[in-house]
Formats: sequence, C-alpha cells, structure tokens
Amino acid sequence: MGLFDSLRESLGSWINRIFKKKRAKIGLYGPPNAGKTTLANRILHDWTEGESFGEISPVPHETRRAMRKEGVVINANGSSIELDIIDTPGMATKIDFREFMAFGLSEPESKKRAKEATEGVIEAIKWLDDLDGVLLVMDSTEDPYTQVNVTVIGNMEARKLPLLIVANKMDLPNASPARIKAAFPQHAMVPISALEGSNIDSLYQAIATHFG
Amino acid sequence: MDLISGEKLERMTSMEKIRLILDKVKKGKIVVLENGLTSDEEVRLIEMTMTEIRVDEFSGIEIESYPSKKEGSFLDRLFGRSLKGRMTVIGPANQLRTIEKDKYQISTKVSVGD
Repeated sequence: MGLFDSLRESLGSWINRIFKKKRAKIGLYGPPNAGKTTLANRILHDWTEGESFGEISPVPHETRRAMRKEGVVINANGSSIELDIIDTPGMATKIDFREFMAFGLSEPESKKRAKEATEGVIEAIKWLDDLDGVLLVMDSTEDPYTQVNVTVIGNMEARKLPLLIVANKMDLPNASPARIKAAFPQHAMVPISALEGSNIDSLYQAIATHFG
Repeated sequence: MDLISGEKLERMTSMEKIRLILDKVKKGKIVVLENGLTSDEEVRLIEMTMTEIRVDEFSGIEIESYPSKKEGSFLDRLFGRSLKGRMTVIGPANQLRTIEKDKYQISTKVSVGD
C-alpha cells in the first residue's frame, strides 16, 4: 500500500470516528422468563413507532427464535447510538416437556415446544459469535447464581466484550438487585422494571455509555 | 460419581472433554471436574446437550461452577489466557439438583434410582 493510500485510509478512519453515528449489535440474553422480550418490546416502544418483538407469556421458552431489529436509535447522555438488537431465546441447560404441561399445554404441544426450545438455545449460543455486547437480563426475584448467568458472563469476559446486567422485575416486592450486585460486582448493573418502564432512562444512559 | 483430575482434562481437546462429560452424564453419572471448563467449553457443552435432548430419555444437564477466576502471569493476561475454569459439577437434570449456590459453595442434592 502506498503512502497516499495509507494516509487516505487513516484520514477516513478518523472522519468516521468523528462523524459516524455509533453503532452496536447487542444481544439480550438470560434465563427463560427473565423478561428479555418484555425489555426488547419496551426499547422498541420507546424508540420506534410502535413496533414490537413478540408475544410474552408466563410459560417458559415463549421466545424460541432469535429476533433482530436493526437501526434502533437511542438518544441518551447527549449523544445517540444506533443499535441492532437481537432478542434471543432463553438459555437453559435442561428442557423437559413436562414443565410445559404444568402450564396447561397438551403433551404434543409441550413436546413440540421443548423441541423448538432446544433449537432456540442453540440459536442463542450461535449469536454470541456475532455481537458487540450483551444485555444480560436477570430476574431480580431469583437467585442470580444460575449457570446460565455464570456462563454468559464468563463468555463475554473471555471475549473482552462489554456486558451490562439488567436487574429486571423491580416491580415485584421480593426483588433484590443488591443480591445480583453482590454476585457479580465486577459488572455494571441497572435495576429496572421492563413491564412498568421504571428506571428505564438509567438503562438507556448505561447503554449509551457501555456500547457507544 | 466420577472425579476427573485437572491433569487428565489438560491433555484433552475441548470436544473430547464435552463428549466424555455427556457420555457419562447420559449414563446417569455425576461428573466432578477438578479444573472445570473454559467459558467457551461451557457454552459448547450446553449447545451439544441441546442437540442430544430426547423426550423420555435425556432432558439435559445440571451444571454448576463458580465464576471464572482471573489469574496467571502477565503474558497469560496479555494473551487472554488468564480466565481459569474452576471446579465444576455436572449431572443428569433429573438426578442432580442445586439447592444453594454462592461465590464460595455449591450445595447439590443427588437423587439415586430415579
């Protein structure tokens, strides 16, 4: 490469850094029923014109396919960041169809859901290779020391990619974000209620800081 | 229950470790790994587990480990080799149940004859 080409490339890089809108591909990860899709829908509700990712349900593994929304622009901290958001299926190490039958699903429906849920976990894992950062959504009422949380955090640390912990379900009386903070003190955490939207502005500011 | 030494694990490739673990767990064994797996190996183990789940045969694994520990020399840290796996217990989901877990202790319950 000649000196002129090198200078042009270097100059182009600087111009991009100064003027280009910051962009990041982030994945929403977490165990089933942590509120990932509720949060994804909340982000779209706040920053797009009424779009949504999908249905939410008390039955685990409602999201069984990763869903992607490109070009979601979030304005916070006086700057803007453009996000490609991937709402991933809940990560799990075990899937038993009987768990779904306890929610009233028929046996064939439960078996079908279990099969799709296993595929969803694999899809969520594949997405880890293609992200700039992760929002790890945890249920603040549950024990944070789940293997899914430990594994996702370990994976992002090994890849040296930014991770922001979202302590969700703060609207519930037994929510304990302090327990999450004590479990993973090395990572930033924002307590929110994706359902009610409480403290969501703090999350947007943290997203702009972490992924911008 | 099989306790697998760190020396044995160090001589194995990631795929060999995952295959060994899954074969043992599918036979109903509880596996304790002295040095655990890397975070990438843990993810690959979960992925492989999902492909092997069968209705009424195998519903997955219970796996518990401590968060990775940063250690090693300056060069290890420089080249990203500083995250060491830690002791890990893995078993069939229908036999091994975690009762309590914190930074320093994992309490599990093992059901036999299930």
